[in-house]
Amino acid sequence: MSTNAPTMPVGEPEPTAGTEVERESPFRDSLRALLRHRSAMIGGGIILFFIIIALIAPLLLPYGYNQIDADARLQAPSADHWFGTDDFGRDIFARVVYGARISLWVGFFAITGSIVIGSLLGLVAGYYGGWRDTIISRMFDILLAFPSILLAIAIVAMLGPSLQNAMYAIAIINIPTFGRLMRSRVLSVKQEDYVLAARAIGMKNSRILLRHILPNSWTPIMVQGTLGFATAVLEAAALGFIGLGAQPPEPEWGKMLSDSRGFIQSAPWTMLFPGLAIMFTVLGFNLLGDGLRDVFDPRMKQ
Amino acid sequence: MPPLFLAHGRFERLVKLLIAYTIRRLLMLIPVLIGMSFITFSIVHAIPGSPAQAILGEKASPEAIKQLEQQMGLNDPLYLQYFRYMEDLLHGDLGTSIKTGRPILEEIGPYLAATMELALAAMIIAVFFGVNLGIFSAWRHNTVVDYTSMVIALIGVSMPVFWLGLVEQWIFAQELGWLPSNGRMDPRMFFEPITQFVFIDALIQMNFEAFMDAFNHILLPALALGTIPMAIIARITRSSMLEVLRSDYIRTARAKGVGEGLIIYKHALKNAFIPILTVFGLQMGLLLGGAVLTETIFSWPGVGRYLYEAISTRDYPVIQSGILVVATIFVVINLIVDLMYAWIDPRIQYGKE
Repeated sequence: MSTNAPTMPVGEPEPTAGTEVERESPFRDSLRALLRHRSAMIGGGIILFFIIIALIAPLLLPYGYNQIDADARLQAPSADHWFGTDDFGRDIFARVVYGARISLWVGFFAITGSIVIGSLLGLVAGYYGGWRDTIISRMFDILLAFPSILLAIAIVAMLGPSLQNAMYAIAIINIPTFGRLMRSRVLSVKQEDYVLAARAIGMKNSRILLRHILPNSWTPIMVQGTLGFATAVLEAAALGFIGLGAQPPEPEWGKMLSDSRGFIQSAPWTMLFPGLAIMFTVLGFNLLGDGLRDVFDPRMKQ
Repeated sequence: MPPLFLAHGRFERLVKLLIAYTIRRLLMLIPVLIGMSFITFSIVHAIPGSPAQAILGEKASPEAIKQLEQQMGLNDPLYLQYFRYMEDLLHGDLGTSIKTGRPILEEIGPYLAATMELALAAMIIAVFFGVNLGIFSAWRHNTVVDYTSMVIALIGVSMPVFWLGLVEQWIFAQELGWLPSNGRMDPRMFFEPITQFVFIDALIQMNFEAFMDAFNHILLPALALGTIPMAIIARITRSSMLEVLRSDYIRTARAKGVGEGLIIYKHALKNAFIPILTVFGLQMGLLLGGAVLTETIFSWPGVGRYLYEAISTRDYPVIQSGILVVATIFVVINLIVDLMYAWIDPRIQYGKE
């Protein structure tokens, strides 16, 4: 027990188990609950697996993702090519592994972008209210008025098809989700006594926002961010699939699926593995997101 | 259903509030629709370089580009172009397709009908299986059945719709050969389109062979499109049913000896319905968006495929109007769902937003 409390001043009597639990911060408490949450851990494990694969596996692969071998077209999975080869004779396993880099990279940057911009707009709308709120909220309404993938298509149609523009589009379409969430959190936190007190002693708005409101609003954003990551991976694949995302020869999962369309009967492995990769990545983020929600924000649970 | 148990005066007051709410929601649509038109207008004008160049391609002659620019009015100031765009829209003019040279308004009708048919079929699948799967899980809470169906639902949410479509095509059309993998109907089938809804047309003409053919063609795409909404509806139904099944009046009904089937389908489901309805509204957007992807896989002649082809041929007026039309439908569906929501449970939102 004493090893659990290394900061304990010497000479003080050892606390009982009960008081030790009370000393714990709520955050560490939640973290412990998260580690006990089975599906969250499975989800976290899947994500970790894909991250590790994306980081190190390219160094270990015998084939490059764009290594064309005319003699090995559309070969079934074998010891040489674990996931088979595509119509250019490229190793599908290598392409799926490199694809993990692309999908995680796009998901991460897109969601980080929408969290930063959405939260800022939500903070301003919720804290200041008035005309700022009206303009920002109407903007969110307009963005939400489109089925999201359609809005993404519209944005990429404007900017031109590329992986980077697909990422921008995904970031933009997810802004209102985080914006609205942040706004509603701010509206409720704003009424808390400690914020009123901070205001009463003349604390500056920017300081109140940064020191009090932001730290007390970020848990639902984190939960939504994890679930949003799952959506972003799906959206990136969808844009790639209709030719608006990654361009050849980039081994993006959605693009690989659309390339496989001509061979689903003769070479179903060209279509099977990229799809499974998308599914497991998305599943991982969904499981982790659900777990985070259970642990950190039980009120959000439907 | 309006709550009929209310006293006479209170019921009238409620109706007034609901009407006021409806009007307010309709007024709130105006800025949204204007904003939407602004976004679709920008599609053409934000393209790097000249839109005419983008439409005609890299190898176009400068004269041809100039001519098209003139024709599209691209040399006028932007605000003037926007007003002209809005004016055309208000007159029901959605522009002209560059590829076919025909007015989009004329062209888009049959595509819309095909998409609506597909979306409706997918929604029927999603609601029927989703609600029943959710009920079953809630009823057999914490059993193997519950876990299995929730794992299925979770996997369903995580699958990209276009991949599911491809897998279905591979298994059911290619390997087993049970169902056709492409199109809305066998092209050899002699068939007169009247309303553009093939099921209605087939019934009007008493052509049951065509009806069955259309049915076989719609099964795979509808199943692909309906799976994700089904999974989400199943999860929501399960959690709201669990909540309702724990409530006092269900316990009372059980104590009175009311049969299990009656309790679940009559008493409990009625109250679990509101969250299901909300999700239904949200899913329509997913469905309309998913239709774009599903239709390209199954060569379904809907708006999604129309848009997809427009994207690959850079037919910008079609991209613009296609997106605007689908988004408008989405907004209207959401409005209807919101109004139904307020009507079913007036406690919730005739007050403020």
